[in-house]
Parts: sequence; C-alpha cells; structure tokens
Amino acid sequence: MLDSLMHMFRSEKSGKVAKKRLQMVLIQDRANVSPEVMAQLRDDIIQVISKYMVIDKTDMEISLENVDDSVALVANIPVQNMKHHRR
Amino acid sequence: MSEVIVVTSGKGGVGKSTTTANLGVGLAMRGQKVVLIDTDTGLRNLDLLLGLENRIMYDLVDVIEGRVEIKKALVRHKKFDNLQLLPTSQVKDKSAVNPADLMVLCDELRKEYDYVIIDCPAGIEQGFQTAIAGADTAIVVTMPEVSAVRDADKIIGELGRSEKDNIKLIINRIRPAMVESGEMMDMDDINDILAIKCIGQVPDDIKVVTSANRGEPVVGDNDSQAGRAYANIVGRLMGEDIPFMEFEKEGFFTKLKKAFGLKKNG
Repeated sequence: MLDSLMHMFRSEKSGKVAKKRLQMVLIQDRANVSPEVMAQLRDDIIQVISKYMVIDKTDMEISLENVDDSVALVANIPVQNMKHHRR
Repeated sequence: MSEVIVVTSGKGGVGKSTTTANLGVGLAMRGQKVVLIDTDTGLRNLDLLLGLENRIMYDLVDVIEGRVEIKKALVRHKKFDNLQLLPTSQVKDKSAVNPADLMVLCDELRKEYDYVIIDCPAGIEQGFQTAIAGADTAIVVTMPEVSAVRDADKIIGELGRSEKDNIKLIINRIRPAMVESGEMMDMDDINDILAIKCIGQVPDDIKVVTSANRGEPVVGDNDSQAGRAYANIVGRLMGEDIPFMEFEKEGFFTKLKKAFGLKKNG
C-alpha cells in the first residue's frame, strides 16, 4: 500500500530524466567550456565592464544556460556605482 | 557510384561491429559488391561475427606495409561471393596505419566495390581519425543510454571538425517494453538530443547473440525483429524510403496483468 502510494508520488519516469540530464550536459560538452575558460571569460568581462562602472566582483555570476532550444550566456553582475565619463 | 561508410560510436560495446557485419551481409544479399574493413587494430572481431575467423591469411597492416596485394588479403564470405573482409591485425601496434594510408586504400577499393564499410575502433584517438579519413558517410551507432548518447554527441562533434558532414544515426538495443513504460529514451528523444538523421532503430534481440554465436549475422532472419530492422537500414542506405517499424509489444503476461489492472499503463 505504502509502496504504491510512494510510486504515485514519484516524480518522473527515468526516460524523461535521462533526456533532460543529457540535454543539460551536452550544452557544456558542445560549448567545450572548461572551468578555466569560464574563469578567463569572467575576468575579461570584469575588465571591460569596469571601464564603465564599478561592479561587485565577488557577487557576480556568469553561466551558460539552456533557454528553450538554445544556449544563453547569462550574467548577473551587481553594479555598485557608475563611473564618470570624460567627454 | 560507390560509397565509403565508416561505422563509429565513441563508446565501446554499443554494437559497431555487429552493425558493420549486418550491413555488409544485408547489402551483399541485395546484390551489392561490398568490402568490409576492420580497423580495430589489436582487437580483431569482425571476422568472428562473419564466421570467417579460420580463413584469414593476411591483414590490413600487411596490405598497408606492402607485404601483400590487397586482393590476396581479402577474405571472401562463405555464402556471398560479393562480400569480402579485410581483417585487422591482431598483434601489430596501432600506429601501423595512418589516415593517409587508409584514404589511399579506400580510393583503390572504391573502384571495384559498391560499398566500402569501415568498422572503427571505440574512442576518439588516432584509430578513430584513421578510420574516418577516407569515408563519405559516417554511421554513428548509439544505445538509449546516457553514456552512449553523450559519447555519440562527442563523436558527431569530432566528425564535424574533420569536415565529415554526412552523418547518420542508428539506435541499437532498444527495449520496447521499457520505452513503453517510459523507462527508456525512444528514437524521438534521441533525435531531439542529437539532431542527426536516424536511419534505423534496432531492438534488443536474443537472436543477435545467437546468430553471432554461429557467425551468421541476423540480417537474413525474418523471424527476428532485429533482423528485419537491419534489412530496413540496408534498404534506406540504398535510397529506399522505408517507414520505421513498430516494435512487437510486450509479452502475454504483461498484457494480462494490465487487463486485470495489476499494472499501470505506461
């Protein structure tokens, strides 16, 4: 009884789980983005953005995410202050 | 109009050699002139699947190193005169054959045969690069299993980097009952993931094992679902438009249980 109840609440069939997991892992595989490359990208982004604004480097996040059928580079970069521009 | 096809997979054990043997015999049954090349140096197996293990005199390395003429090294199939095997070496080291060598060999064989089918070693090392070098078409064999699909994707990427853009997919060892209950990915799932044209789905079938035991590929056996699936793939390779087969459904007892409500519908 308890078993069949548990079964009813069990979330998803393993076939679907496999598909979802593969779709996620293949994004990283295909982009061939190693942690080293991501760290490098992060440093480069910091450098460029720092020319224009003061950002919180410790709280910034960048990642590759699966949006519908495509891959997106998602960045969350807290801005602390804007820099003054010289005309 | 001959075609050089490499059968590859990335992951070992998904049925590359079995597929090669079945496509070879299947095409020969349809009257095509076929030569199969085993390039898995040191791990010779295609001969055994074809029942030709006792007829081997020379191998691929002997041909490449010029010790023997290609014609003398080819082993003719017992039943089909128009099917030949060039076995791999069981002893020599893997660096003995390089991509340029195989390209020359494929171009030579292309003149005389309708199909040159190359059985590729597992992995993405030198042996893989060698096996794909002379191919017009790549057949990627995978299984509905996470590791096999991931490796297939890796291989598809590598093929693209080598400018091999004509890629076809075979999904091997499908268990229809598991697919039906949602516990295994089906062809559509794998198509969604890999986005490669699928030319065959082969069910897991004990006859694949029993026919390998006898050295007679299952493709001629119409009582076997896998045999019919391979025959369909052969037809599709030859340009025929063959719909994908419906797998025979689960056994009698499962159906009975369902009828009595003892088993949830998948």
